[in-house]
Amino acid sequence: MTMQGWLRSDGRKGIRNVVAVAYLVECAHHVAREIALPLREEGVHVIGFPGCYPNDYAQRMMEGLCTHPNVGAVLLVSLGCESFNKYGLERVIRASGRPVKTLTIQATGGTRASIAEGRAWVAERKAELDAMPTVEMRVDELVVGTVCGGSDGTSGITGNPAAGRAFDLLVKAGAACIFEETGELIGCEHIMASRAITPALGLVLEESVAKAAKYYATLGYGSFAAGNADGGLSTIEEKSMGAYAKSGASPISGLLKPGDVPPRGGLYLLDVVPDGEVRFGFPNINDNAEIAELIACGAHAVYFVTGRGSVVGSAISPVVKICANPETHRRMSDDMDVNAGRILEGAATLDEVGREIFDLTVGLGRGGRTRSEELGHQEFILTYKSFEPIGPSCLPAVA
Amino acid sequence: MTDDPRLILLDPRDNVLVVRSRLRAGDALDLGGGASSVADKDVPLAHKLARRAIAAGEKILKYGAPIGVATADIPAGAHVHVHNLRSDYTPTYTLDSEKGDAA
Repeated sequence: MTMQGWLRSDGRKGIRNVVAVAYLVECAHHVAREIALPLREEGVHVIGFPGCYPNDYAQRMMEGLCTHPNVGAVLLVSLGCESFNKYGLERVIRASGRPVKTLTIQATGGTRASIAEGRAWVAERKAELDAMPTVEMRVDELVVGTVCGGSDGTSGITGNPAAGRAFDLLVKAGAACIFEETGELIGCEHIMASRAITPALGLVLEESVAKAAKYYATLGYGSFAAGNADGGLSTIEEKSMGAYAKSGASPISGLLKPGDVPPRGGLYLLDVVPDGEVRFGFPNINDNAEIAELIACGAHAVYFVTGRGSVVGSAISPVVKICANPETHRRMSDDMDVNAGRILEGAATLDEVGREIFDLTVGLGRGGRTRSEELGHQEFILTYKSFEPIGPSCLPAVA
Repeated sequence: MTDDPRLILLDPRDNVLVVRSRLRAGDALDLGGGASSVADKDVPLAHKLARRAIAAGEKILKYGAPIGVATADIPAGAHVHVHNLRSDYTPTYTLDSEKGDAA
């Protein structure tokens, strides 16, 4: 059951070999998009940060994303006057052994010249990456994340627990699995804490949910959209219980914050809610913000469980869409990788669908592609946040 | 346990059942334990029904865990949703057309 991956200098392996074109302020976004356009279907992906003011979290996210194992080379696109620390980011990428170039639009001579120079550089790197040999990759070298979005009353009965079964199989095989959205674990904090491998970690898990509850209460909304209610979910606690099922049944080995890479296999909670006073608005303004954070933690692939029917994918890592609702699946089957709605109709068991998700994940490292990849989805969003580094109880040493 | 194939009891402690295929107003329902009822309106997939009569102020239990509190007396078999259930944490945001009746 081995896969093929691309070996990076830090020892991690990628299941994709992407050229990332990263804009460092919104003013450089169009040029970045135009540079990537001719090779968009061939694995040249656009990521970036739109803000002109610097932000430590965004810097760390960009460093994590540009040195992600699925990324083979990076073109940074700067307007020239923005505050993003492009020199620091370029240094980190260069130190990782990846080809990197910073293209500054003001110095290059504007839009047309920058697009031409960028496209030429990207095409050369792409040709080099295509010639790069692959190596054998094992399941225990995988990092997999999970989110749910467009949830409804079926998500917590079929798709999320099936993703949880796949997580159990992955953790058993030695992989690292990351679940998240502490704002959607409100009401589950005590049950979750009892699964921590140390009591101190259990406390940290509870605190992360308390922080989320306070954050959302300050903003006046839970992590709950109108469509969730249309789909039968009545309260954030109910949505949380369903979302929590994504974590499966393995012990919880640690708490991460965006950009922290799991130190070893096991199950991890990603705390996505900012630390300190409420400053920059909603922690995750949409599902893709969470997906980008999971990928910045090294996720090679992300499971996305949906009941109402999301269509998104992502830049850098494949997104596996697991449809929880059989009615939605009939309407949107072209966008879905897994039909977990069969469980509700008695046509499959949770274990069978969990195994199907696991096999599909391994298949991504053997040439398999997801529906969202086939359809060209490469969504990406990164906004302002602030985090303190994780504390000493967050990643207990393994006895 | 209910033998009604259109309803699921997720945990024996629950006071709600989950609808696994759409119900039509007037459908006869087997709520389990000898209790029966009639659907008071069309109920979509994955919505909840009261497994027994629930008094205002009682916790609503699903997956064996509290998911909020009843804001009105709910008869057995009635639709349980944002019109008679509220969060103990943060209010639920809905669009106006979905308030009360989400069928």
